[in-house]
Amino acid sequence: MPPSALLSLRDIAISFGDFKALQAIQADFHAGEIHALLGENGAGKSTLIKVITGVYQPDEGQLFLDGQAYRAGGSAEAQALGISTVYQEVNLIPTLTVAQNLSLGRQPTRFGLVRWGAAQRQARALLARLELEIDVNRPLGSYSIAIQQLVAIARALALDAKVLILDEPTASLDGHEVEVLFGLLRQLRAQGMAIVFVTHFLDQVYALCDRITVLRNGRLVTSAPIAELPRLKLVEQMLGRQLAPSDSPTQDTARQSDKQQHPLLLEVDRLGRKRMLEPLSFSLRQGETLGLAGLLGSGRTETVKLLFGAERADSGQLRLAGAPCTIHNPRQAIRQGLGFCPEDRKREGLVLELSVRENLILALQAKRGWRKPIPEAQQQQLADEMIRALGIATPDAEKPVGQLSGGNQQKVILGRWLIAQPRLLILDEPTRGIDVGAHAEIVALIRRLCAEGMSLLVVSSELDEVVVFSDRIMVMRDRFKAAELTAPLHPNDIIKAIAS
Amino acid sequence: MKNERWIPVLATLLVLLLLYAFGVSQYRNFASTLVLGNLLTDNAFVIIAGVGMTLVILSGGIDLSVGSMIAFTGVLIALLVGQAGWHPLAAIGFALLLGTCIGAIMGYLIDAFELQPFIVTLALMFLLRGLAFLLSLESVPIDPPFVEQFANFRIPLPGRGWLTASALVMLVVLLAGMVLAHYTRFGTNVYAVGGDKSSAALLGVSVRGTLVGVYACSGFTSALAGVIYTLYTASGYPLATVGVELDVIAAVVIGGTLLTGGVGFIFGTLLGGLIQGVIQTLIAFDGSLNSWWTKIVIGLLLFIFIVLQRLLSRSFGSMLKAA
Amino acid sequence: MTLPLSLSQAPQRRRGTGGGTHQQWLLPVTALALIFLVNALLSPSFFSLGVVEGHLYGSLVDILHRGAPLALLAIGMSIVIGTGGIDLSVGAIIAICGSLMAVLIQQDVSPLLTTLLTLGAGLLCGLWNGLLVAVLRIQPIVATLILMVAGRGIAQMITGGQIVTFHSEVFGQLGSGYLVMLPMRVILTALVLGLLIALVRRSALGLFIEAVGGNAEASRLAGIDSRGILIGAYLISGLCAAFAGMIIAADISGADANNAGLWMEMDAILAVVIGGASLAGGRFYLGLTLLGTLVIQSLTTSILVSGLPAQYNLLVKALVILVFLLIQSRPVKQRLLGWLQRRRPSPKS
Repeated sequence: MPPSALLSLRDIAISFGDFKALQAIQADFHAGEIHALLGENGAGKSTLIKVITGVYQPDEGQLFLDGQAYRAGGSAEAQALGISTVYQEVNLIPTLTVAQNLSLGRQPTRFGLVRWGAAQRQARALLARLELEIDVNRPLGSYSIAIQQLVAIARALALDAKVLILDEPTASLDGHEVEVLFGLLRQLRAQGMAIVFVTHFLDQVYALCDRITVLRNGRLVTSAPIAELPRLKLVEQMLGRQLAPSDSPTQDTARQSDKQQHPLLLEVDRLGRKRMLEPLSFSLRQGETLGLAGLLGSGRTETVKLLFGAERADSGQLRLAGAPCTIHNPRQAIRQGLGFCPEDRKREGLVLELSVRENLILALQAKRGWRKPIPEAQQQQLADEMIRALGIATPDAEKPVGQLSGGNQQKVILGRWLIAQPRLLILDEPTRGIDVGAHAEIVALIRRLCAEGMSLLVVSSELDEVVVFSDRIMVMRDRFKAAELTAPLHPNDIIKAIAS
Repeated sequence: MKNERWIPVLATLLVLLLLYAFGVSQYRNFASTLVLGNLLTDNAFVIIAGVGMTLVILSGGIDLSVGSMIAFTGVLIALLVGQAGWHPLAAIGFALLLGTCIGAIMGYLIDAFELQPFIVTLALMFLLRGLAFLLSLESVPIDPPFVEQFANFRIPLPGRGWLTASALVMLVVLLAGMVLAHYTRFGTNVYAVGGDKSSAALLGVSVRGTLVGVYACSGFTSALAGVIYTLYTASGYPLATVGVELDVIAAVVIGGTLLTGGVGFIFGTLLGGLIQGVIQTLIAFDGSLNSWWTKIVIGLLLFIFIVLQRLLSRSFGSMLKAA
Repeated sequence: MTLPLSLSQAPQRRRGTGGGTHQQWLLPVTALALIFLVNALLSPSFFSLGVVEGHLYGSLVDILHRGAPLALLAIGMSIVIGTGGIDLSVGAIIAICGSLMAVLIQQDVSPLLTTLLTLGAGLLCGLWNGLLVAVLRIQPIVATLILMVAGRGIAQMITGGQIVTFHSEVFGQLGSGYLVMLPMRVILTALVLGLLIALVRRSALGLFIEAVGGNAEASRLAGIDSRGILIGAYLISGLCAAFAGMIIAADISGADANNAGLWMEMDAILAVVIGGASLAGGRFYLGLTLLGTLVIQSLTTSILVSGLPAQYNLLVKALVILVFLLIQSRPVKQRLLGWLQRRRPSPKS
């Protein structure tokens, strides 16, 4: 029996080598509905989109469009079938005009010459459908991201799309721009389009969507109308854990109260930046670990990057050990005794060509300046010590760090900062993408460092871990601080704070 | 004019007009059509090569082989006509075809082997110069009758000036380049590849086809510049036009084309070439100034325009960064 | 999950300052050996060394003698390329510094002051490039193009458009003098390069340059002053070019603003490429760059020795570059690697 929905997935499975990216996925996307596709990192959302658009061919299962089984060979073919996709990063050419972007590859021509007048009329007509009145002869890059996003959608709609897939379209938009986009999506829904909407902002899901599908670890967790999935239940489903029956605290409150006596190390007052983070305040004591929890995209990484000066904050004051201080760039931060292990190891953490030793000593050497090189023997000793202390699996310290596994690379960055001996160490997702054994080691390491008197600020998506190593937890939601939790810490409270 | 893409080219026009007005105010003969005609003729080969170079730079690349291509074409034509007895037109046609093919091969190498355009065309620069020397170590004179016919073909301008054949060819190439860049799908693809290569590929633009086409165009215009230069000097000389690629690049950049690719106009290159010509003419008129001032002033203009571009591209760049 | 690639790919770099793996030495060494072999076959006298009036003579000495300025440029270029940049202006800096030196000597300025002022001019040029790249954030190829264009004009302005000749005992020694059987300029160049290599490799400068060139964002987050490092790299390049300019001017006892150092920036870039460095930045190999310089200079010298017109040099050089570029390009490397792996099953990890 052919499914009644506009786009239907039946028993979709796909694996890459041993890794099962998607298993037994069922989903129905109806005409005139906005359908939220949710899940944490690695849940399989982008793989599913690629299956729908034919970039990947599923190993098992069938895809139906309008009741007919279909198979697309790539996003161009999918578009010809009526399935258009708009990605998070605007895949248009900023230096071309709006009209050129909308007509690229399908310009109306006469005798081989482009009829720009006609192309501009077509562009205006397309934009009019989105109630967007802009000068189509200006370069795309001169418009705001929201407008560009809308232009990308206009291009996607140019070929009479029936299904529109939006992959995190709101990640870089501000409040007003989101409203503009939502107005358009509601209008398209009214016109009978099926819209698949991927986002990390739960408020937006409830403001806009009709139905929710949640994926976790490549499996379908739930697919239900929005009314059947209240916030709390949704967060539970996404994180894959239910509120535990008994609220047994996982931490001894004695240790916590003890730390209240420690002097304040860091006071942050209304730190923020437009389009990135609503101003927020928090403080951190010596020898204390502050956990930073929240869903992906909730502003956790932005918070620590602004604090470290990796991004320039446009508001906020900092006090370190009671004295006011300014941090405009990482060098200033490091001079003040801060350290930062970024989430994206390969792009922001390591110099892949350089050896384990060189990567390990980089921060300490930068602190000392180029004129005072660390003697060869001492470098060797520091590197060997760190390799032993953190259990970095490498034959020797001279191996290029790009050849190590993810967990070992993470340890190298950690080691880099331990060698530099900061007062405050910021860790962004220190256990992301590493194996279970290394997880436990890193959690143990965080606790040990804290016991030795270092202050830590740790961003983590792992609720079970964050309650174990944190003394307090700050919960982020939709780019602002949603709650601050104190002992006794329990994952349930985090879930509640995220869903509140 | 609210479109920021026009700012550099308008600035160029302003500089050109100011320089010209300065010339007119200082020297009585400066405004004559004779000077204007000579300006167009003397700089024809630079501007012709500049049309191809503009396309290359728009696509995000660079072509350092221009000067060598001019010299190589000159020697080749002179030998084909003088020693092999070819008809000049046949020799010219062959040289143009050869230049186009060499350019296309460069484009292919750059894309297929992921090489930097700068270093590949640098190798080509050496290769063509070497080939020119291989053909002949000396200057080769070229058959007078055809050169004379070419030189005699000219349209009188009001006043004492002439629009020579060189200038006419240059204007035709300029027009063709403008049509190609602004009124064909290929032209838009060049802008798209220069603006954002990976997005262009995602939007269905054939990056390889575009790059091969772009470098083929540059090969063609360089060879044509060689033809014009050869007829202009009535000889092929393997040591000719050393470093002309820098003049051509300067003409393109001063003409308002962004060296990072994606933004600019073919017409600007005419203005850029003329600015260099006006500076040279001014220095010649002055008599007391020395020729090196040309290089210093052009360097200064390059600096000003590059900084101007840098400031402008920040407004584009802010978008690129956020995406 | 270990990728099979990581096992056979890029073995570890040897410790110390020489730089490069055995594999990386293979290609340039082979090229050099090939050039020597062809020479040995064509003219057996190529390798003969003679002592005339206490001076060592022969083609090999000649290669060193003529290669000294290029070696200086190549080392500076190698450092700039390590940061992910390029310096097109070194030829123009040679012209500027050579001209300045000639004019100063003519004006009877003391040799010491002449040297200091000339080297200072080179540093100033380097500072200009460095500021454009590091502060205004202009692409290096564009930023250094400005001085490349204007530099020769400046040099001509200094000399007044003429070829300035001079007579100087001290600088004559630099150009063609000998010390303990070896050309003075070779010894001085070796000294300068030794100091420079020590500066880069005995301080943390080399590490910082490689870090900035390898991953600018990671370096910034690790607290490296990338702006200062970039300016430093261009300063070194300017200084090297200034010294090369002094040697070239001393050699002919005069300064030719038009032709001194013409296209030498290209030769320097080629030496670095032949040395196996990536133009994208990252690891730089000073030893391999010197080897690359030797390859280029040997090519030039052999063509001279063989009696072919010197101009053919360009053709041969172009072909050598193309071969090196293609062999070192990513697609070819990948295909070669894939082929090797099929031939030889990778060992268990």
